[in-house]
Amino acid sequence: MSMVFHLDKCIGCHTCSIACKNIWTDRKGAEYMWWNNVETKPGTGYPTKWEDQEIYKGGWEKKDRDISLKGAGKLRGLMNIFHNPNLPVIDDYYEPFTYKYLDLIESPAMNDQPTARPVSLITGKPIDIKAGPNWDDDLSGTPDYARQDPNLKNLTPAEQEAMFQLERMAFYYLPRICNHCLNPACVASCPSGAIYKRGEDGIVLINQNVCRAWRMCVTACPYKKSYYNWHTGKSEKCILCYPRIEAGYAPACMHSCVGRIRYLGVVLYDADEIHEVASCDEASLVNRQLNMILDPFDERVIESAKKNGIADSTIKAAQYSPTYKFVKEWGLALPLHPEFRTLPMLFYVPPLLPVMASLREVNNQAQAEKMNPTAKYWNDNWLYDTSTEELWGTIDQARFPLKYLASLFSAGDENKVKHILKKLLAVRIHRRNVTVGDMDKAKVDQVMKDTNLTSEEAEAIYYLTSLAKFDDRFVIPASHREQSMEMLEFTGDTKGSVGFGLKSDPLRSA
Amino acid sequence: MSWIEDIISPQTRKWEEFYRNRFQHDRIVRSTHGVNCTGGCSWQIHVKDGIVVWETQQIDYPLLESTIPPYEPRGCQRGISFSWYLYSPLRIKYPLIRGALIDAWRKAKKQEPDPVKAWANLQSDTEQRKKYQNARGKGGFRRVTWDEVLELIAAANIHTAKKYGPDRVIGFSPIPAMSMLSYAAGARFLQLFGGVNLSFYDWYCDLPTAFPEIWGEQTDVCESADWYNAKMIADMGACLNMTRTPDCHFFAESRHNGTKTVVFSPDFSQVCKFADQWVPVHAGSDGAFWMAVTHIILKEWHHQKQTPYFLDYTKQYTDSAFLVKLEKDGDKLVPGQLVRANEMLEFSSIENGDWKFLSLDSKTNKLVVPKGAMGHRWEKKGGNWNMKLENEIDNQPYDPYLTLLKNNDEVLQVTFTEFGLDLHRQRGVPVRYLQTASGKVPVTTVYDLIMAQYGVDRGLQGDYPKDYTDKDAAYTPAWQEIFTGIDSKTVIQFAQEWANTANLTNGKCMIIVGAGINHWYHANLMYRAGIMALMLTGCVGRNGGGMNHYVGQEKLAPVDSWSAITFGKDWQSAARLQQAPLWHYINTCQYRYDGQFSKYNTVPKNKWTKQHTADTIYQSVRMGWMPFYPQFNQNTLELSKEAQQNGARTDDEIKNYVVEKLKAKKLHYAVGDPDSEENHPKVWFIWRGNAIMGSMKGHEYALKHYLGTHSNRIAKDSPDHTEEVKWHDIAPEGKMDLVVDLNFRMDSSALYSDIVLPAASWYEKADLNSTDLHSFIHPLSAAIAPVWEAKTDWDIFKLIAKHTSEIAKQHLKEPQKDIVCSPLSHDSAGEITQRHVKDWYKGECEPIPGKTMHSIAVVDRDYTKLYDKFITLGDRIKTSGLGAHGNNYTCDDVYDEIMASNHFPKEKLNGTVYPSLKEDRDAANVLLKLSTLTNGKLTVRAYREAEKKTGLVLTDIGEGYEQVGITYGDLQAQPRRYNSSPLWSGLMQDGRAYSAYTYNVERLVPWRTLTGRQHFYLDHELYIAYGEHLPTYKPSPKPEAYGDLKETLQLEQAKVLNCLTPHGKWHIHSTYMENLRMLTLSRGCEPCWINEKDAADLGIKDNDWVEVYNDHGVYCTRACVSSRIPPGVCIVYHVPERTTGIPKSQVRGNKRGGGHNSFTRIHLKPNYLTGGYGQFSYHFNYWGPIAPNRDTHVIVKKMEKLVW
Repeated sequence: MSMVFHLDKCIGCHTCSIACKNIWTDRKGAEYMWWNNVETKPGTGYPTKWEDQEIYKGGWEKKDRDISLKGAGKLRGLMNIFHNPNLPVIDDYYEPFTYKYLDLIESPAMNDQPTARPVSLITGKPIDIKAGPNWDDDLSGTPDYARQDPNLKNLTPAEQEAMFQLERMAFYYLPRICNHCLNPACVASCPSGAIYKRGEDGIVLINQNVCRAWRMCVTACPYKKSYYNWHTGKSEKCILCYPRIEAGYAPACMHSCVGRIRYLGVVLYDADEIHEVASCDEASLVNRQLNMILDPFDERVIESAKKNGIADSTIKAAQYSPTYKFVKEWGLALPLHPEFRTLPMLFYVPPLLPVMASLREVNNQAQAEKMNPTAKYWNDNWLYDTSTEELWGTIDQARFPLKYLASLFSAGDENKVKHILKKLLAVRIHRRNVTVGDMDKAKVDQVMKDTNLTSEEAEAIYYLTSLAKFDDRFVIPASHREQSMEMLEFTGDTKGSVGFGLKSDPLRSA
Repeated sequence: MSWIEDIISPQTRKWEEFYRNRFQHDRIVRSTHGVNCTGGCSWQIHVKDGIVVWETQQIDYPLLESTIPPYEPRGCQRGISFSWYLYSPLRIKYPLIRGALIDAWRKAKKQEPDPVKAWANLQSDTEQRKKYQNARGKGGFRRVTWDEVLELIAAANIHTAKKYGPDRVIGFSPIPAMSMLSYAAGARFLQLFGGVNLSFYDWYCDLPTAFPEIWGEQTDVCESADWYNAKMIADMGACLNMTRTPDCHFFAESRHNGTKTVVFSPDFSQVCKFADQWVPVHAGSDGAFWMAVTHIILKEWHHQKQTPYFLDYTKQYTDSAFLVKLEKDGDKLVPGQLVRANEMLEFSSIENGDWKFLSLDSKTNKLVVPKGAMGHRWEKKGGNWNMKLENEIDNQPYDPYLTLLKNNDEVLQVTFTEFGLDLHRQRGVPVRYLQTASGKVPVTTVYDLIMAQYGVDRGLQGDYPKDYTDKDAAYTPAWQEIFTGIDSKTVIQFAQEWANTANLTNGKCMIIVGAGINHWYHANLMYRAGIMALMLTGCVGRNGGGMNHYVGQEKLAPVDSWSAITFGKDWQSAARLQQAPLWHYINTCQYRYDGQFSKYNTVPKNKWTKQHTADTIYQSVRMGWMPFYPQFNQNTLELSKEAQQNGARTDDEIKNYVVEKLKAKKLHYAVGDPDSEENHPKVWFIWRGNAIMGSMKGHEYALKHYLGTHSNRIAKDSPDHTEEVKWHDIAPEGKMDLVVDLNFRMDSSALYSDIVLPAASWYEKADLNSTDLHSFIHPLSAAIAPVWEAKTDWDIFKLIAKHTSEIAKQHLKEPQKDIVCSPLSHDSAGEITQRHVKDWYKGECEPIPGKTMHSIAVVDRDYTKLYDKFITLGDRIKTSGLGAHGNNYTCDDVYDEIMASNHFPKEKLNGTVYPSLKEDRDAANVLLKLSTLTNGKLTVRAYREAEKKTGLVLTDIGEGYEQVGITYGDLQAQPRRYNSSPLWSGLMQDGRAYSAYTYNVERLVPWRTLTGRQHFYLDHELYIAYGEHLPTYKPSPKPEAYGDLKETLQLEQAKVLNCLTPHGKWHIHSTYMENLRMLTLSRGCEPCWINEKDAADLGIKDNDWVEVYNDHGVYCTRACVSSRIPPGVCIVYHVPERTTGIPKSQVRGNKRGGGHNSFTRIHLKPNYLTGGYGQFSYHFNYWGPIAPNRDTHVIVKKMEKLVW
């Protein structure tokens, strides 16, 4: 199973986060967990600065020709059973809180208004709220957060400063769930063997019966998408809503995505290549990962898949897969931080940004004196100009340095990001030409040619980006649960007994 | 090649049922959120174990045209958090009452068992009354039984009606569209009682006054799907991500379809991420930008290029070709009113000649009386109210001169005022001379005036801008720079792309606009500036075009049948519907602190601009422009008895008695002496809204003058006293005897009310919901029964009606005659009554109800039958019909169908059977059955009626709808799109996206304005007096003039910031604000956003505690330091609750800080008070002053000491 999040469309509403929270993590010990969260970029995210592996030691690192876990290998983990120094602490996330709401209803008569004070959900005591799962939303606390974004480290101080000035300021959103990686560091790190990637759909799960609270997965996941439940003593993470997927529903975060930015589909890949690809040079990581994805229409691929017991329904789903189109066919989506080498199965279409502006210095004093005496005057000494020669300007005129986007999506390769943005713009130009016709024909042709875009492909991209319906965006393969059940018992029995409480065997005397 | 396999044994994987069990649920019910939000989203409410566990969006919306993305899924972060409330500790489970009140009440009852007498005794006990008033907001709630609390409420109702009159019982509930029956419940009770409903849309400052000014329309906009049809979108003051969350995708998606997007916002708000160009105009200066855009369009695309599409459109669909008189003003010549047909001898006997206008036919060079004016609308015969270019006189087609540039008698120098740089200009205007009944007068076209106003040099002599770089001449690109901070080059590019796109696409340029513009003092002018650019490029009434204002969920689609049920029109004729802004301005005593509006409103000097707003309000009430309840200083029930005792036998004689008594100045208007005890509002019902905090501009004034409890304001009475409105040296405190709040949560209003009744939430009742953002009607449904002792609003008001009826059997058992005053109404013949401003009160004319003054109706009330009427549909609609916006249709046969149908339950009253409205679900079905939006038979009928008035063929629009008959059950099964209807101006057949005014443009049905066209020119005498007859730019008032900090700055000097209160990301107004989900995802509070540099100057660091304050009050919160906020501005997102995590204020004596309305005070713009004049006529929530808040300035200070 693979996912595409179209960042250009993301509204930043966090409906996805709450859809997930309501169903899965609205209980004791899980309050601070946001299997799905949305971050503002630039920003430090949740847990704060998670991208900085100098701090958290997540993911894989390449040594010679091989890779090993950066922080918490099984072996290294066992040697540090009682002390894992790379674990995020609660303050790196936030201390979950609530309010003494009942005081509003139950306060005795007094000489001032009651208020519901914030209290910690861990200690129950009054709390001074200093952090939250979305603390730097929309450039909140810019000096302390956005300016500390780990992705800024390759930018010059001047470039960094410009990102927070009127002329180049911008932000966009980065929604995150578990990447359900092909080379999951969490699986590799678990001393108990509690974590596994499901064969039928690639969903990575932590077995709640087997988990022994080592928390190595918490360290190992470079995306910090494995969380420790302090109440149950087990780690938990995004389950890609497998109970929903099994029922043919899209995962809750995707179903609820109001920006309609999310796509879910099957991609076929050659599992033999995983280790080799994950170990390759950083510069070729992205290409190698994309190369692994197989053409679901290729007869040889189909034949091999069938031979390996892949269901016809799955192959068909792969053929209709929207993620296959975005990632492979059109090359419009990239993995987040490929340099962590976990081979994420969640891909992002990078965002287009407003065109940058320039400021012209002016002296307004003389003019201000002529203003109506009751008029408010904004005393500034600049004029803002964001005009462009052409309708949209060019990708080079966009607000952030490409270097910044490249640090997130292509391990620093600016050309990869630039190519995608140019292609997105080419689709817009194509559609403008079709619907308004105010573009110079030669220029339109040139833009299409530069991005290897045919009008047929441009239409297909346009359709899936804008017009796609629910069933276009989520192509969920049949789960064939009957087959899984059959491995345990007669399926007819399951039909009659499923849901009747716990299915563990009764306790016996010793 | 290999494939991943299960290396885990199936046995081990059995644990997976852990999460499967959680996901399993028992029931999914369709509902929505009855919150003041334009979302109107359909939700799946999941029930497990009899408990609501979570909600996800419905994804079964019917599709529109195939070229438009689907609506699914609709719903946002707030909606999906709603289930938290159901079982939260904030939930109101039982009736609650303040201890101090219940103790006093029980004591009073002990001494006097009769509840009405007991309440009277309690109210006359000053000490007891003061004691419970002072306890308001300060804890001490107690659980009581429904019976005890209902008896108290009923006693207060009857006591008030008996002693002072029923118009001292007031109700406030906002935005009915979000849960129309819940709104209807309280309104129906109040109107049957004779009480008053306060308006909301204008009070929230969401009513875009430019809409009635230009289009005679409250608001009519496209559904969000139509954004997708636009090819250029200018978004200003509307953060779509935050406030149109479920619709925002259309905006994002349209970009990939080749649409250009430009976002105007002073801060880098969320929607700026979708901008191709972000234009950070100075807060509140957008009007200047648009004036310059229009200057370019007029100069290049109209005058130089003579773009045919633009000229043809302007000529047919706007007032531009109508003639205006030029008049002497001292030694200057200035634009006057439109020439009336009856000013010409040749047309002097024409019907409604004051309300028909003139154009010059270019073919015959003769005057014509174009069809479609308001005078035609109210003709006896009908058939001439259309926009065909036809002369009424001979029915011949004509082609009017748009300009007299080449066909004039003379070019005269006319004076134009520029308010921005405070200049007057003499410019040449081509004129023709008309020989009118009063002599020879120079006239010109509206178009020529517009050209001169915008400074387009057409070779006529005069003082014109040199070119685009002329800084000193309005409205050049260089001129706007000082106001907006935006370079001319950006303006020029924008204007060219705008005009080019509009020309190539026949009008597919759109403005999306919101509170960020409408909440300014000069909102109407900013809107008008943008609308001018739209009209001049033919972008109104086109799919993908238009001025699309989304603030407040104002579109209650089936408004025809709904308003009858809601305002009790099925039983009686007149309702008491109060314009809220002027009412609160007067009653919270905010007028006392205001002074003369001319000190902050940039106006020319004349007699109209020298007044105190309160005096203008008083005048507007007696002239029938605006309503004011309580009406008189005398009980209206007693007044009718007095009339009868003095010989009045008929209702007309009673009316005459009242007029004579008013004329003799023996009966006084309450508004003339609002601070006198007998004129106070007494009992206040609040439901579905946060009336005391969320929407109460001047909140601290309300605490003092309405509630009589502690407040944090330090403002003093203005030295500018009123002249006509009686001034009392000491202002009254604690006007309200009783405040009752219906609520499912303990919000700030509940906290300050005397009684809180547990209301069912949106997952616990049946109701209906519609919005302007989509064209479906949604149901609210009961996924579970109301929890604990909660009841639906419908049931609560039914109970209040029942108990009030019971008590009336002792105290008001005789039938009563009530006297109800109503202003001259828009969409009625009352809108063509006051050609000139003449005040009968000053002897300038005779008082004639319905003409020179308000109308007066005598309404029969039987207080013992309140409940009976509440639960049945009266048969008055069989004779009076139904309708809205001036469209009427008969429904007697449908009433009979309901009576004959087994699907509709009935009630028998005194032997007569009526359709039942007893249960909310039944009321929903009756409503749907009687509306043109949901009953196709009535749709066709309404178009047929429209044909009679217009003389146009229109019934074809209704074809195909005949079989539509939507029921509540249908809506629960799947969202249904409603029908096109002449009530609304969009055409929606075959999945076409709703776009406002397509009906007018394509079918030539006039706008409901003076000329029947879109108005460039507003010729009411007051508009001319205030300098707003032509589109213009008035800068925002500076803080010293606006007067927020007079006292504060005397105490300390500090940096002053403009405090903006845009709609927030984590709440819908105050709802969801204290929801734990939202508080967790935000910062646990509603912070004050401040720029990095301003914060550094003030020594404030991110997350520091700060106080935000001015003379009006203080809000205590934390700072959020951000680079995306411009210097000089701070933002407190609307609406914080003062209930959650608010410490005590150190600048205001260690008392609990308030909310965002603690630092606001109302300033009204008096030109909105006009009435009896075309589209400048009152209608509830349609016309009247709005209550702006964006011009507010504050001080932000770090809190050194934190006290809880």
